[in-house]
Amino acid sequence: MTNPSNAPAAADNAELLAEAAAETGRAPRSGWRMLLPTMTPWLAVGLILVGGITLFGLIGPLLVGDPTEIRDQGLTAPTGDFILGTTQTGQDVMAQLAYATRGSLQIGFIVGVLATVLSAFFGIYGAYRGRVVDEAFSLFTNVCLVIPGLPLVIVISGFVPRESRGLWTIALVLAITSWAGSARVLRAQTLSVRNRDYVAASQVSGERPWRVIVVEILPNLLPVIASQFVFAVISALLGEAGLSFIGLGASNSSTLGTMLFYAQNGFALPLGAWWWFVPPGLVIALFGMGLALINFSIDEIINPKLKNTRLHRKRARRALRLERELARTGRKVPRQAAPSDEETVR
Amino acid sequence: MTSVKITDLVKDYTLRSGLKRTRLRAVDHVSLELTPGRTVALVGESGSGKSTIAKILTRMERPTSGTVEVRLDDGTPVPNGHYRREVQMVFQDPFASLNPFHSIEHHIARPLKIHGRTQSQEDTRARVLEMLERVNLTPAEAIAPRRPHELSGGQRQRVAIARALAPGAQVLIADEPVSMLDVSIRLGVLNLLGRLQREDQLAVLYITHDLATARHFSDEIVVLYRGRVVERGPSDAVILDPHHDYTKLLALAAPDPERPGRVTSEAAVDRKAIDNSTCYDHFAGEWREAAAGAKAAVSAD
Repeated sequence: MTNPSNAPAAADNAELLAEAAAETGRAPRSGWRMLLPTMTPWLAVGLILVGGITLFGLIGPLLVGDPTEIRDQGLTAPTGDFILGTTQTGQDVMAQLAYATRGSLQIGFIVGVLATVLSAFFGIYGAYRGRVVDEAFSLFTNVCLVIPGLPLVIVISGFVPRESRGLWTIALVLAITSWAGSARVLRAQTLSVRNRDYVAASQVSGERPWRVIVVEILPNLLPVIASQFVFAVISALLGEAGLSFIGLGASNSSTLGTMLFYAQNGFALPLGAWWWFVPPGLVIALFGMGLALINFSIDEIINPKLKNTRLHRKRARRALRLERELARTGRKVPRQAAPSDEETVR
Repeated sequence: MTSVKITDLVKDYTLRSGLKRTRLRAVDHVSLELTPGRTVALVGESGSGKSTIAKILTRMERPTSGTVEVRLDDGTPVPNGHYRREVQMVFQDPFASLNPFHSIEHHIARPLKIHGRTQSQEDTRARVLEMLERVNLTPAEAIAPRRPHELSGGQRQRVAIARALAPGAQVLIADEPVSMLDVSIRLGVLNLLGRLQREDQLAVLYITHDLATARHFSDEIVVLYRGRVVERGPSDAVILDPHHDYTKLLALAAPDPERPGRVTSEAAVDRKAIDNSTCYDHFAGEWREAAAGAKAAVSAD
């Protein structure tokens, strides 16, 4: 150890030591933490909405009565007995809503997983292999992309006889028509990550191709995949609601779409039975909104510029608040601190 | 100890524009020899084929023709499965060559595991720390769990060197290992490479466009121009007594405190007149035809 390289290294080391000493209480750092979005009010609202509705879908069916039980109190407005009133045939809307939420979430989740797996396979594997495989996969992706989704879904659902049109059939059909867009996004991202030096370095180290994909490339795509998954769930939920509403949904499960379908057939709107169609519509809207809010937070990880804009705005607000407070207490605003910060942001 | 012999290496790339196809010859009949304990510097401008040679040596590209022979001390060729254990590479950009997602420990532990250099979890950990200490990254326990963005450029390049040496590599290809670093850090990293080379008797191929560090760091210099070797010889001879016009141009490009005023190198040597079909060989002390001359030079060694 007689070479001059010791001088800068020693300086580095001293710095490191001090830092290490300062943070001994810190939890071991991992790559995963970097992937978690920062907590913002919007993210909190999104998580609460999605968490609440998911809990309702999971636990609700255990607490309510039989949703298909027919009573002679048709179309009663919300009362103490029936929190959300009854349908035309006297079925409890609350019970129906709980089961329907569960059904919708089931389909949304299944489709989300299937579409993500399909898009990850075609997008990432194709882009990593390159050449013929990439050409073939992206041709296939592009063909699937231009297939008009909903009409195809309607045609397929129409062809499959009603008895065999179960939850999985609908989920499969929705997944097949919705993966292509994500696959293209993932392909573009993979093409960019694949050419980075660390991928080449791991290949030179002798890593097997599947390990390069799964261990070196995939973690860097996780935020994109997460965002695509959330998006796939939203579109599946809406697609399923649309299908069920026109009577082509799954026959063996009740979803929010089938609720709307029966409400429409039972003339809920002309009869003014708002308690019949508003709750399912609201659950769809709020769940979609919650997922979208979560998605915005994930976007910040993919595109740090968005985060900077938010932080800038926050800083500007803080400056403004400080300025007002100083004005109220009658003191002079310090010349450079608050106002100049605000100016640069604007 | 391992030596590498590159004979008559050619690499063509096919360029496609519309229906027209043209061929770009990136490396044109290059021959080189890397021997244990010696450093060969490959000098040339961007696009002269330096990095293509590195890619072929690390088996990221296949040569169009020509051979790369890697032999152990006793003359037996290295089997395909062990190639990557013997030949490793340090990349140019330390900010890009480490995966931001993984810890430093992961980067060094992987090659150890892939090449079966460790038996157990504790053994791996001990060896990772040992590698970090070898490249002057201490305290190793504090560095190992960090992720690349927490280290400086020089520290990252040390990690990259540790990763390259982890499998027990005897041949090291350093593709401009210091060009992305601060001037103040460069000497440290180069001296580290020099020390490791002496300790392990590594055969090093040092790729650079900087003649000054090439002279400081290497025993032999090979000058590449448009894929061909235009001058080769002991490093002092090539730098102090350049024969080929292109080498003169490179030498002029390096700032020289002795030379007053500014020299615009393009004016001093007419670039259009540079002829890359001939090669000056300092070992033989004569001009040769570049493609054929390279071959003769190797057989003469």
